[in-house]
Amino acid sequence: MSGIPSTTSAVDAPVDRGSRTKLRLNASMIIGAILILLIVALALVSFVWTPYGPSAVDPAARLQSSSPEHPFGTDKFGRDTLTWIMYGARITLMVGIVAVGIAVLIGTPIGIIAAVFAQYPWGAWLSAVIMRANDILLAFPALLLAIVFAAVYQPGTGPAMVAVGIAAIPGFARVARSGTMQVLGSEYVRAAKASNRSAPAIAIVHVLPNIAGMVIVQASVAFAISVLAEAGLSFLGLGTQAPVPSWGRMLQESQQFLSTQPLLALWPGLFIALAVLGFNLLGDGLRDRFDPKMEARGNG
Amino acid sequence: MAENLLEVRNLTITPAGAEAPVLHDVSLSLAPGERVGLIGESGSGKSLTAQSVMGLLPEELRAQGTVSLQGFAGNILDAKERTLAKMRSDLVSMVFQEPMSALNPLMRIGDQIAEVLRIHGEVARGDIPGRVLDLLTSVHMPDPNSARYAYPHQMSGGQRQRVMLAIALANSPRLLICDEPTTALDVTVQKHMLDLISERVAAVQAGLLFITHDLAVVAGVCDRVIVMYAGRIVETGSVEQIFTDPQHDYTRGLLASSDLDATDAHGKLFTLKTALSYAGPIDEAGSGEDVASDDEDEQSDGPAVAREPAPASAGEASTGDGSAPLIDVSGVSKHFRSRGLLLRRRSPVRALDDISFSVASGQRLGIVGESGSGKSTLLNILSGLDRPTSGHVRVGDIRVESASSSALRSLREDLQIVFQDPFASLDPRMRVEDIVSEPLIARGIAREERLARVEEMLLAVDLDTKAMRRYPHQFSGGQRQRISIARALVTRPQILVADEPVSALDVSVRSQVLNLLTDLVDDYALTLLFVSHDLGVVKHLCSDVIVMKDGHIVEAGSTEDIYAHPREEYTRSLIAATPSLAGALASAT
Amino acid sequence: MITYVANRAIQFVLALIVASVVVFALMSILPGNAAQVALGTNATPDAVAALEAQYGLDQPPVIRYFNWVVGMLSGDFGTSYVTGAAITPVIVGSVQVTAILVIAAIILAIVIAVPLGTFAALEQRNWIGVTISALSQIGIAVPNFLAAIILVIIFSLTLGWFPSQGWMAPVEGFGGFLIRLVLPVVSLALVQAAILTRYVRSAVLDVMREDYIRTARAKGLTRTKALFVHGLRNAAIPVITVAGVQLATLLVGAVIIEQIFVIPGIGSELVRAVANRDLVTVQGIVMVLVFLVLIINLIVDVLYPIVDPRIRNAS
Repeated sequence: MSGIPSTTSAVDAPVDRGSRTKLRLNASMIIGAILILLIVALALVSFVWTPYGPSAVDPAARLQSSSPEHPFGTDKFGRDTLTWIMYGARITLMVGIVAVGIAVLIGTPIGIIAAVFAQYPWGAWLSAVIMRANDILLAFPALLLAIVFAAVYQPGTGPAMVAVGIAAIPGFARVARSGTMQVLGSEYVRAAKASNRSAPAIAIVHVLPNIAGMVIVQASVAFAISVLAEAGLSFLGLGTQAPVPSWGRMLQESQQFLSTQPLLALWPGLFIALAVLGFNLLGDGLRDRFDPKMEARGNG
Repeated sequence: MAENLLEVRNLTITPAGAEAPVLHDVSLSLAPGERVGLIGESGSGKSLTAQSVMGLLPEELRAQGTVSLQGFAGNILDAKERTLAKMRSDLVSMVFQEPMSALNPLMRIGDQIAEVLRIHGEVARGDIPGRVLDLLTSVHMPDPNSARYAYPHQMSGGQRQRVMLAIALANSPRLLICDEPTTALDVTVQKHMLDLISERVAAVQAGLLFITHDLAVVAGVCDRVIVMYAGRIVETGSVEQIFTDPQHDYTRGLLASSDLDATDAHGKLFTLKTALSYAGPIDEAGSGEDVASDDEDEQSDGPAVAREPAPASAGEASTGDGSAPLIDVSGVSKHFRSRGLLLRRRSPVRALDDISFSVASGQRLGIVGESGSGKSTLLNILSGLDRPTSGHVRVGDIRVESASSSALRSLREDLQIVFQDPFASLDPRMRVEDIVSEPLIARGIAREERLARVEEMLLAVDLDTKAMRRYPHQFSGGQRQRISIARALVTRPQILVADEPVSALDVSVRSQVLNLLTDLVDDYALTLLFVSHDLGVVKHLCSDVIVMKDGHIVEAGSTEDIYAHPREEYTRSLIAATPSLAGALASAT
Repeated sequence: MITYVANRAIQFVLALIVASVVVFALMSILPGNAAQVALGTNATPDAVAALEAQYGLDQPPVIRYFNWVVGMLSGDFGTSYVTGAAITPVIVGSVQVTAILVIAAIILAIVIAVPLGTFAALEQRNWIGVTISALSQIGIAVPNFLAAIILVIIFSLTLGWFPSQGWMAPVEGFGGFLIRLVLPVVSLALVQAAILTRYVRSAVLDVMREDYIRTARAKGLTRTKALFVHGLRNAAIPVITVAGVQLATLLVGAVIIEQIFVIPGIGSELVRAVANRDLVTVQGIVMVLVFLVLIINLIVDVLYPIVDPRIRNAS
């Protein structure tokens, strides 16, 4: 009587893999979250306290390097760079939140609807039309759409946010559609249909929880893209307008002093990179968490 | 032990970063030309053992012990990739389980065979095309000449597996390893493949290490059997000894639960627990094995002529009490049109073509067919998940093909489904209590009562009520299938449709689930529709059977009749191809 | 194969038509009056009306759209209301400059990313593989204009190896052309190379897990050789998709690099037109860019069946 103890426990015993249900933290996720928290903290603190006022000029202290008074130095008007970085964090986050918000709220339902319609013979053409429209929208990269908006309306933070958000819609629609198709094709949805659950109930009970992970990952990546797009637009003078502090414009203004004060380019550049890195890492970490198969996939 | 072809000593494999080994101290040997079967269920470590011999273990596993092969100097476990590469295909080759993904999708078949000849350079360059043709002919590839220019996706699973065998034996290795080479194939194809492997291994005089979970398969191919369980070898012996006089409890349990012809004192299939009273595979009179023997034609032809042709009326044949059948299917067809944009238009695929049958209340009907036979489409139509292109389906007093959504709702209250894949049919993000109570929610039953009924149902399928708060991934395959059954029965339906409910389960778990199903069908007075590719399972469970092929009903009637006296050639070949323990033992000894 | 390509071509034409309607609607209908915009808010109604009549803006939008499309099809993008000059020569000249920049950048990115990504996948458990992964992750986070500024500080202002800005057509002097090309192309390529490296790495890792790689090793190929013979072509399919998307992104993304290095590319023309409130020119340039993006997508779609016989036979 060796080898098999009691049959029920050996062959058909509960396999306790409870640890899997816990939120698995990984290095990417932790580093990403820390970077994002840092930027959020900068933005929040700027509402209560900054070292100087954003428009406090000091002609005597122009283009300074780091010093106890100005840890990050000063710009051509003698304004404190740290103060500007803190204010700039606000714009960066606001653009990201609004743009990603637009894209999630429009793109995700579009994707789900397209997937649901594709199931029915009468809805297949509508689903195809939605996805074709999506493909055409993809032909307008975020930057191009934002430039068009700046040309048609006044250049500013508002049109920039909306343009970046619209350009991000196809990404969410695609993710939501393929995720929904996968869930709708699964046996557990067949079982739910055989159990008389209505289509909206299936969408809420089965589809949403199962695609939420993918949508969150996409949101993280889209946030990184919107940070880059806002910085780029402001760099071109088509995004956030003076005198509102923005990292992209700080970088652009630093260009004329590259040979005399390269630090002026360093700080905004560093913070843009940290913000993008933070959201990309968080996205990577979440992807591993939600879908181990997609481990270590890059993003653009 | 120098004369042994393969010698594995104290092989222990541990995943990187883990304490417990997944393979414990495995030792085995194989003489030149010997054919050894390595038997075990999922997780027994049989595939890891084979991969160690090939030097193909995944990098994240650490292996200790020695693996030596005649003609290879040193321990395979310690050898460098470059040395191992020279050995592979020259000394030892392998055929893998999954024919769909084992060949490079971007390369022509002929080039993939030519490659293995080129790598080892034993065939002169100019002779390679001729040799490729010879190899394809030797594995009985239909039209070997044009097969050279085909891509893998243009071939069937069986054909691809033939190509794999041609590649594996191209350089006449000393040892061929087959890792579940027929598990993904249909039964009739499996039979041909097994014969082919035996034939080719004999032709090149190689040794064979045949890995499988299926005892009946191993008996036909091998001389000796090694049984593995939970990472250890538990028993070794000749096929006859293992089959007739197993020494180890697990072997006996596996044997007993594999045998779908044998039942215990209560008429139940044997499980690991009840295996002690199992007497071994007995060729019962009138069972399917007779048909498999050579004189099948005389046996089956006689009654077939005598019987009146009663096609497609399995239900009526056995009702006899005159009441209307519970389910009535007449002239049902389903055509799929492939949808494409603008330019694409293909002829429709006939998934079902003029299907008619009926099922009486309380009847147990088996629907048997290989992949592509249309049995899943039929199920979808029956359960109102899909509509037929033409024909009528009546379940109870509901006309399914034209049912309103409210009629479909009441149909689904009476008809529930157990699905094939226990891992895909439960939503991974829901608790068991929510999964099982889902059909009750749709009925608008209050939470209190729902939970009470879920609890009752879980007990009925032998699960602890602690299971309610857990998630599906915390359960094994067999337990998940119990949850799936609980969900199907919680509304007390009249009809239970089971779609291959045990084909994804290990043999030892399979008999437990089948016994449970039998009990529940009795207790709840269910009408059962059981879809399967496995004749043995259907034979045990169902009173009547429908045999399907390419969207048609080939044959229908009472299970006993069909098995004893199949009228159609296809049914005969299906029965002959189904491996059974007794049949396998008879042919082996 | 032929039906597949024809299908894609039809989709391309349809997309182009829809996109042209969208662009026209955005630029010519939404903002109200292009003549007013061009002349500024304090222009007299008479001046506005005169300009409208001069450029046919008093016609209904459908006719104007039709005229615009017919003009473009015959290679005429119209006349700028602001400068009064023909737009076509401006677009043709600047598109060539941007094309050189972008194609050089994507080639450089592929040349860097494919070996690096493959190597990172093969050595994924070693420090080399981990380092490549980490560097590419950081590289993705650096916007190309920051890369440009850093490169200018190091190689132009400090080392003096390359000019910090300017452009020279190849016909004016090939050496001068090349030396001015280096920094802009490298700034564009580095970030894309970082992104592409990650995709190549993950595509190669996916492929290495495939059963046919195991088959190839069972045939007697080493792991590395199996990857080169059987894996890379399979890995190419997802990488082609990404490279296509990147090329499209670069086309518009180059606008910032053109600004920094004062290169007369199509992006610079676009920004100038926006600043001048020259909507007709903006409309023409946007349409050209959208056309190029769609062409790139079409080329990628046509590449699939060439690489993959399954797609070839599916149609």
